Amino acid sequence: MPVHHARRAPYVCASCIRRLHHVAPRITRTYATSGPKTAISAAAERSPRPSLRAPARAVHLRRNEYSTSTRKPLRLAIIGSGPAGFYTAQRLMRQVKDAVVDMYEKLPVPYGLVRFGVAPDHPEVKNCQDSFEEVAASTRFNYIGNVEVGKTLALADMKPHYDAILFAYGASEDRKLSIPGEDLPGVYSAREFVGWYNGHPQFSHLKPELDKGERAVIVGQGNVALDVARILVAPLNQLRKTDIAEHAVAALSRSKIKRVEVVGRRGPLQASFTVKEVRELMQFPKVGFKSTGLRSFYPPEGIHTLPRVQKRLAMVLQQGAPIDKHDHKKRWELSFLRSPHAIHAKKNRLNQVIGNRVDSIEFQKTNFVPDANPFSEDAKVHPTGEMVTTEASMVFRSIGYKSTPLPGLSDLGVPFDEKLGIIPNDVHGRIISPSAGPGNLSAGHLPGLYAVGWVKRGPTGVIVNTMMDAFTTADIIAQDWSTNVPFLNTEKGSDASTGLGWDGVKDTVLAQGVIPVDWEAWKRIDKAERERGKQVGKVRWKFADTEQMKAAAGLASSWNPQKMKATAGLA
Amino acid sequence: MHSFARNRRRFSSTPISQHNHLDPPKPGEERHVTFITKEGESFTFEVADGDNLLDIAQENDLEMEGACGGSCACSTCHVIVESEDMYNKMEEPDDDENDMLDLAFGLQETSRLGCQVKMSKELDGLVVRLPSMTRNLQASDFESK
Ligand SMILES: Cc1cc2nc3c(=O)[nH]c(=O)nc-3n(C[C@H](O)[C@H](O)[C@H](O)COP(=O)(O)OP(=O)(O)OC[C@H]3O[C@@H](n4cnc5c(N)ncnc54)[C@H](O)[C@@H]3O)c2cc1C
Ligand SMILES: NC(=O)c1ccc[n+]([C@@H]2O[C@H](COP(=O)([O-])OP(=O)(O)OC[C@H]3O[C@@H](n4cnc5c(N)ncnc54)[C@H](OP(=O)(O)O)[C@@H]3O)[C@@H](O)[C@H]2O)c1
Ligand code: FES
Repeated sequence: MPVHHARRAPYVCASCIRRLHHVAPRITRTYATSGPKTAISAAAERSPRPSLRAPARAVHLRRNEYSTSTRKPLRLAIIGSGPAGFYTAQRLMRQVKDAVVDMYEKLPVPYGLVRFGVAPDHPEVKNCQDSFEEVAASTRFNYIGNVEVGKTLALADMKPHYDAILFAYGASEDRKLSIPGEDLPGVYSAREFVGWYNGHPQFSHLKPELDKGERAVIVGQGNVALDVARILVAPLNQLRKTDIAEHAVAALSRSKIKRVEVVGRRGPLQASFTVKEVRELMQFPKVGFKSTGLRSFYPPEGIHTLPRVQKRLAMVLQQGAPIDKHDHKKRWELSFLRSPHAIHAKKNRLNQVIGNRVDSIEFQKTNFVPDANPFSEDAKVHPTGEMVTTEASMVFRSIGYKSTPLPGLSDLGVPFDEKLGIIPNDVHGRIISPSAGPGNLSAGHLPGLYAVGWVKRGPTGVIVNTMMDAFTTADIIAQDWSTNVPFLNTEKGSDASTGLGWDGVKDTVLAQGVIPVDWEAWKRIDKAERERGKQVGKVRWKFADTEQMKAAAGLASSWNPQKMKATAGLA
Repeated sequence: MHSFARNRRRFSSTPISQHNHLDPPKPGEERHVTFITKEGESFTFEVADGDNLLDIAQENDLEMEGACGGSCACSTCHVIVESEDMYNKMEEPDDDENDMLDLAFGLQETSRLGCQVKMSKELDGLVVRLPSMTRNLQASDFESK
């Protein structure tokens, strides 16, 4: 193995380097050819830097940069500001050194599920926002918040002004159980509950009925289910210091929930939650754990025979919570081999419905199919016909999120796979249409159209998966750009795009009275949230209403801090 | 060319204002660590005791994201220790690190999280490999072959 050279790690931190205008030595290889003009000035020449943002520092380029000297700068629209969009922007802007990115977000505030999904008691997970801030600091990056593509801004109107459009809009709905009683009061989707405690404007008025009884049942055994369980049993004095919504703190302080049962249709070796999240639930003071018959699911030779990931999870489950059976105030439970069948309101002895909200949930017991290996992750089950009913004052369905087609996709010829809930793509991120292939007989790529993140792969995967996926998509866009294949507006071999980007569509947005939120405006919201959080002992007190957000950004006329204090945080 | 500012110690911190220095090794206490990139290039650095692999990689502009800022919550700092002997000399990963390693892509017997490995006298000469973070790319339909 060749040793490149021994070099001392620099002793000055990166921010000092930047402030001193000291040039840090590069050590990695790049493929960039530096032309006489800088990337930024070249980009500016083609299209004046959009007025949306004030001048800022540039994203500096590293690694695997592709030369684009023969072409006009790549102008890319990214729809969605979650980790998929940001990580793609980060990588692409490093590789295509003159690429200019406009990132559209339907909410005023950025970061998608990092802000509105990741649990408030997982602040370290949200540290990826620091990276995203660095991306946003580039003069080649524009954040355009409060603009919903497909509603405020038509895809067809965007097309002439971009070389490429990247769909990174995640999953804005969730899967339904499709069983009777699913719409009864007291039945919630995990997605709306998560949005509620995280201060998502769409769900801040949810008012979950936490005080109607002691038992909550969560259907589904993924990490979202465990997030919901944790919020229901975690000590409130720990939660309230986080950025959890104040309306949630108020409602949780009145919660009567004491038992939380997390129900799966398969066994513990098939559950999709991960060991870290289970371990967390075992470590709360006065919170017990119960799972009947757990051992029956494990190999008779012992759990040490299982593969690493399953084995470590099984160990934590078997060990349970280190608290005495009688000493717990709250308890969480896991049940297996139960498929949801119906949700019922209260009935009298004559089986007549007398309640108007959820009272119980009925499951059909399942069994592993005869030829299944019950220790395998993909073991299948079938119904047994036997029913069990569990009392429940609240039911949460947590069986997965779901992406939906953006209005106007078909105007660009972009299909949507309703069954998989994704935009069909070639795994790398190029969108494919069943009729775009040679002679329109086979599937083929659509020029300049890409997808990334949950809308590309489906609604699973943690941030590392989303990041790797984004890097792949960025690499493929960079490769396509460097190989001169057709892009969005390539007509007869020449580029007919205006290259104006946001400046080309801005007027249609403004004409509707919509006020876009730029990065500076978001930073003002961010600052206001941290400051008012400090006053109440929280890391951040989010605005749970888009009007409040805009007001904090100084973008709405109705800005009235007094009024806001009085109304914010009320459930 | 400047390097990115890396400021991810605390969640509530504001970037730019933060300082995350790697202190110079004391004379006679220089430790050496080598990173092998996915392209097979290797880079050796002289570092101090206590420096972790994430900070070293980032200060030197190597491809390591460190999404959670080194708080053992993301596994984007996954590295693979080249030599089993060296791996055995290291302190065992704790439960938290193993929990995140469970989610790492391409987990190996000698996998570690870069942010949790601190340099020390015993680890002088450590060689780690950076796993690939992307798929192998394929040509577009439109590329003339
Ligand atoms: C409840 C929950 C908790 C999670 N916790 C963790 C965790 O602890 N650790 C971890 O590693 N991963 C966690 N994840 C997974 C992680 O959040 C995802 O991997 C990641 O967020 C997916 O990124 P994305 O960018 O594809 O989608 P998203 O993050 O959903 O981003 C999509 C963005 O697009 C915007 N958008 C939608 N429609 C439009 C439109 N028409 N116009 C403009 N913008 C639009 C949305 O508002 C949103 O901001 C969690 C997921 C959930 C659901
Ligand atoms: N802390 C974290 O790291 C964290 C937190 C939250 C979310 N996330 C990530 O975000 C992603 C999404 O999480 P998720 O929990 O929404 O999805 P998920 O991991 O896909 O889990 C969905 C669960 O619902 C079950 N299910 C699906 N359809 C069902 C039905 N009709 N009836 C009964 N059960 C059904 C599934 O069981 P089957 O297996 O039988 O289909 C599975 O147990 C995951 O990758 C997760 O790891 C991570
Ligand atoms: S940087 Fe996140 S686990 Fe090491």
